[in-house]
Amino acid sequence: MAAVYKFKPYNVGRWVIWSLFALVLVVSPLVFTSNLSTTMLAQMGIAIIACLSYNILLGQGGMLSFGHAVYTGLGSYMAIHALNSVSGGQLNIPVSLLPIVGGLTGMGFAILLGWVTTRKSGTTFAMITLGVAELVFAMSLMFSEFFGGEAGVSGNRVAGQPFFGITYGPQIQVYYLIAAYTFVCVALMYAFTQTPLGRILNAVRDNPERVEFIGYNTQRVRYMAFIISGFFAGIAGGLGALNFEIVTAEVVGAGRSGAYLLFTFLGGATFFFGPIIGAVLMIIAFVLLSELTKAWLLYLGLVFLFMVMYAPGGIASLIMMNLRVAKFGKLRQIWTSYLGLGLTATVMLAGAGAMIEMVYHLQLNSALGDTVKFMGATLNAKSLDSWFGSAFVMLTGLGLFELARRQFARDWGVIQTDIEKEIKRRETAL
Amino acid sequence: MSYALELRDVRKNFGKTEIIRGVNLAVHAGERVAVIGPNGAGKSTLFNLISGRFGPSSGDILLAGQTIQNKTPYEINRMGLSRSFQITNIFPKLSVFENLRCAVLWSLGYKYSFWKFLSGLKDANERTDELLEMIHLDKKRDVLAVNLTYAEQRALEIGVTIAGGADVILLDEPTAGMSKSETSRFIQLIKDVTVGKTLLTVEHDMGVVFGLADKIAVVVYGEVIAFDTPEAVRANAKVQEAYLGSPVADSQAGVH
Repeated sequence: MAAVYKFKPYNVGRWVIWSLFALVLVVSPLVFTSNLSTTMLAQMGIAIIACLSYNILLGQGGMLSFGHAVYTGLGSYMAIHALNSVSGGQLNIPVSLLPIVGGLTGMGFAILLGWVTTRKSGTTFAMITLGVAELVFAMSLMFSEFFGGEAGVSGNRVAGQPFFGITYGPQIQVYYLIAAYTFVCVALMYAFTQTPLGRILNAVRDNPERVEFIGYNTQRVRYMAFIISGFFAGIAGGLGALNFEIVTAEVVGAGRSGAYLLFTFLGGATFFFGPIIGAVLMIIAFVLLSELTKAWLLYLGLVFLFMVMYAPGGIASLIMMNLRVAKFGKLRQIWTSYLGLGLTATVMLAGAGAMIEMVYHLQLNSALGDTVKFMGATLNAKSLDSWFGSAFVMLTGLGLFELARRQFARDWGVIQTDIEKEIKRRETAL
Repeated sequence: MSYALELRDVRKNFGKTEIIRGVNLAVHAGERVAVIGPNGAGKSTLFNLISGRFGPSSGDILLAGQTIQNKTPYEINRMGLSRSFQITNIFPKLSVFENLRCAVLWSLGYKYSFWKFLSGLKDANERTDELLEMIHLDKKRDVLAVNLTYAEQRALEIGVTIAGGADVILLDEPTAGMSKSETSRFIQLIKDVTVGKTLLTVEHDMGVVFGLADKIAVVVYGEVIAFDTPEAVRANAKVQEAYLGSPVADSQAGVH
């Protein structure tokens, strides 16, 4: 085995993936050119850094933090104050480096607060992070000189000397700044997973007790990982400050921390790239889904619930499982099952969605009349027909979905046994 | 003279119950010691005290002449004492290779570094490959530890224990739950990988004990009632009365 590795001075696949990633970052705003999409892409970049930094704690270190927004948020605040100092002429650093100010702030607070939180692991750790988050949020309302009170702190990113004509006035220039930071931070965080500390962090996640008996202080490992995570979180915060040019107390709030947890988990905490998917979904959900329906948080909650129950590895693990099936050339055997699952699930969700929308309409919008537009159909929230129809669609979908699911489970089981056999066969052939 | 490991009147209370009631033990460097005794005699507690999992209530524990009774497990490990566990205690979501490499890192001085790539650590990777061959898991290199068979997990447990190159090795029932043929192969493995080291092992299997150990320590009710060569221990009247004469030991000895 070792001999084979020596013939590969560098991993070709890895170069391809990273080049593609860079290409996607560069090309995306040229493909999606509208104002909305540029804004969304910029936010996605920021969210990717934030979720990956959160995953250093959750996925790599087994630390369930309920207060990650503290580090992104305080990074945002410090960056916006630094920006205002640059505008006012007291501070002379280029605007492009302000995210680093955010990063150092996040790191500084991680050094300070992490010293307390990382002394414990597991449930106690989670509780302490929750306490710290509440503490910081309460302070944000108390110290309005720094946190700006209700209105927050605003700034103007067109400050200091333009550098080769880059003023950061147009959104696209900010996008490319964010894209550059995203690429570098993702690369650095990936590199971290390949270092001794990164690997020992995985060991601490798996079995902290054993780590103590191979020479490592688990508390120190958690603390150092926490600081590194805080640094990247702060960079995300600093970029956020430049992107929005306003920072309000919400950025250190529990809602933000919860979003990082939820979407990192949805994307998949067990694989490095999982949180990237999660971050993209986060922005899509926050910007698009919230426009589409008032009930978006309910849908989000349901998705999260089913994910935790049926696919705790998140979307990334679903992808990897199917890649494995594809690698053994068995995806053909199962795609009809997927089609069945997809169609029946759509029918079921259409029925359920219609009812949810009608409930929301009755509760919030009944002054606008009784009719609801849903997927091209006009429903009357107060007529029995609409309710009966929706329930009928949902139950039919549910029944068919259950049938499709059983078929799928059988097919999936057969394929997995085949793959296991194939692996055994290859092993003995070695 | 100085011993590799020395216990002086070590006591441990849990609440009012005294579990370890004044243990004295002195092990020379390079000796293989089997610790035997009935269930609940305090063998595992003794290992937990030596390895720093618990602190003793009183008494001294010396590793190569230095006191270690108030040190943490990782400090004791860095001083050259490593232990395995009765219940398999490895890193389930890491591959066999990664399990061993984690256990190698500290001893090679990589500590908490995050400015070096693991793939570039030539000495660590070579040492890990060496270990893989020693515990005969080289074919399972990239398998996750959780997917190994029980016997393979026990072998990995030993591998993780010896990886750091500690001079004093504590094995807590290494053959627990293994079949007879697995046990004999496993004992050979333990002999091979602990050449030149000081070894303490808790063992129930009398065949293993008399085959492996230079010396036997008999722990009964929180005390070491005998510590001598296998022949002398076998002949010891106190031991016969307290332990070997019991029906439990008879049935265990009868198997072999």
